[in-house]
Amino acid sequence: MHTKTIAELATGLRAGDFSSEDLTRALLDRIERLDLQLNAFISVTAEAALEQARAADRRRAAGEGGALIGVPIAHKDIFCTLGIRTSCGSRILDNFIAPYDATVVEKCRAAGLVMLGKTNMDEFAMGSSTETSYYGPTRNPWDSNAVPGGSSGGSAAAVAARLAPGATGTDTGGSIRQPASLCGITGLKPTYGRVSRWGMIAYASSLDQGGAFARTAEDVALLLQVMAGFDPRDSTSADQSVPDYSTTLNDPLTGLKIGLPKEYFGAGLDARVAAVIEESLAEYRRLGAELVEISLPNAGLAVPSYYVIAPAECSSNLARFDGVRYGYRCDHPRDLLDLYTRSRGEGFGAEVKRRIMIGTYALSAGYYDAYYLKAQQIRRLITQDFRDALSQVDVIMGPTSPTVAFNLGEKVDDPVTMYLSDIYTIAVNLAGLPGMSIPVGFVDGRPVGLQSIGPYFAEAKLLNVAHRYQQVTDWHRQLPPVG
Amino acid sequence: MSLGSAEVAKIAHLARLAISEADIPSYARNLSSILELVAQMNAVDTTGVEPLAHPLEMAQRLRPDAVSESDQRERFQAIAPSVEAGLYLVPKVIE
Repeated sequence: MHTKTIAELATGLRAGDFSSEDLTRALLDRIERLDLQLNAFISVTAEAALEQARAADRRRAAGEGGALIGVPIAHKDIFCTLGIRTSCGSRILDNFIAPYDATVVEKCRAAGLVMLGKTNMDEFAMGSSTETSYYGPTRNPWDSNAVPGGSSGGSAAAVAARLAPGATGTDTGGSIRQPASLCGITGLKPTYGRVSRWGMIAYASSLDQGGAFARTAEDVALLLQVMAGFDPRDSTSADQSVPDYSTTLNDPLTGLKIGLPKEYFGAGLDARVAAVIEESLAEYRRLGAELVEISLPNAGLAVPSYYVIAPAECSSNLARFDGVRYGYRCDHPRDLLDLYTRSRGEGFGAEVKRRIMIGTYALSAGYYDAYYLKAQQIRRLITQDFRDALSQVDVIMGPTSPTVAFNLGEKVDDPVTMYLSDIYTIAVNLAGLPGMSIPVGFVDGRPVGLQSIGPYFAEAKLLNVAHRYQQVTDWHRQLPPVG
Repeated sequence: MSLGSAEVAKIAHLARLAISEADIPSYARNLSSILELVAQMNAVDTTGVEPLAHPLEMAQRLRPDAVSESDQRERFQAIAPSVEAGLYLVPKVIE
């Protein structure tokens, strides 16, 4: 049962081939057996999951027709879940029992999706390897010496290892696309504002966006259908109707214009990854697409400007963790300042502290223009590059990550090297565009992902482009060597 | 751009982060290398470019000035480290 896709599980549940309770129990057993090694979950909510599964079975029996009723998924531990610990991978929230559900969680529950548990992540989504988690690193199901990517590495590993058929994630600089690529699964970061941020713990609010992981584009379409939509409680939520993502999946790709940015195929890209990407592009040519070279002249400035904008926003967002209203409080504070500084100093890990300090520095008196203003000007140049490119082509394609999954411990002590693993994904967040990663091959037994980037709110097009590829290839059906 | 120990200590204070004396050199090193990365921004002339704060350049949505949330103080304070009579307790501020 665990190898079935969400679409297949939905069909089986509808036909009565198995109950949601049976399915949920099978996946919980699998998690219990395999997650000790993978560490994809921070919390497994077995009892609540079985309760939700039985409720889903009752809804089906009563004749309710929701497509996904009874399908189990996992949520990244950044989404608030009522009555359940929401840690964001941090010691400072280790004791935080969320008093409300995030909009995404609420929507999934209303659609009848069963929550198996909360997945591991880099602390406050700051990382590209899931190694900064307070709960220890997650391992890549394809190779236990390799990282799963990050920050949503727990969700990606859980889906790749078939512990869950789908999972939620968030993407601020690549945190859905990069782990999807490194774990050999399908992941979509929607347009900024497409999925509500309400109840999603904030890292960098002008970049954060929720999205989904699954094995296939068809499954991601089903999950996005549930998650997307306007939310009055999120002040930057897009007030735009949500199309039916499943109806256009099979549209032919004849005449599709794919832009290949020359900056994404230059120095820094592993030659063997480049060869795999070339092969996948040849497949697209056979599907009727036309490939054209384009340029994103300011692509190289994306990482530098991101590491001003994101830390600036994070230093402001994370000011709320003060040891007073919720979360970790240090022992025996001498005075109020000691309470603040020690609760935060002991509660946050090193990478989070580094980013808070960079942000604090960039926003401090005398430095604002040189850093924050400059970064925002570059953000406009990068956004303009994409607008120009997307006026000539339908989608942009290239590698999701310059290398396959690196080894645990390889980059964790060198922040700048770690940051450069997101060179192809970060610009997409700065521009607010939708981006997707699909598996297209392997190098040394580790997966390679192809990134596609589309115009604002063109999620349906990206899903269509990914689905057609998955109809003629089977990279997304490969099974990692776990259990 | 290179940061020294005194600057790191000052930034940590501004950010309300207790950093142990022993860890300051490694923070100084890492923060300096991040600022070096960031300095690559200076390669491009941005004179006259209007800063972009929000990708979709949407206007801030406003809502009617009406009560939309009910009082849930007890629920929210149930997860606080220390409360009494509806108040959050912290060490004495005024001597």
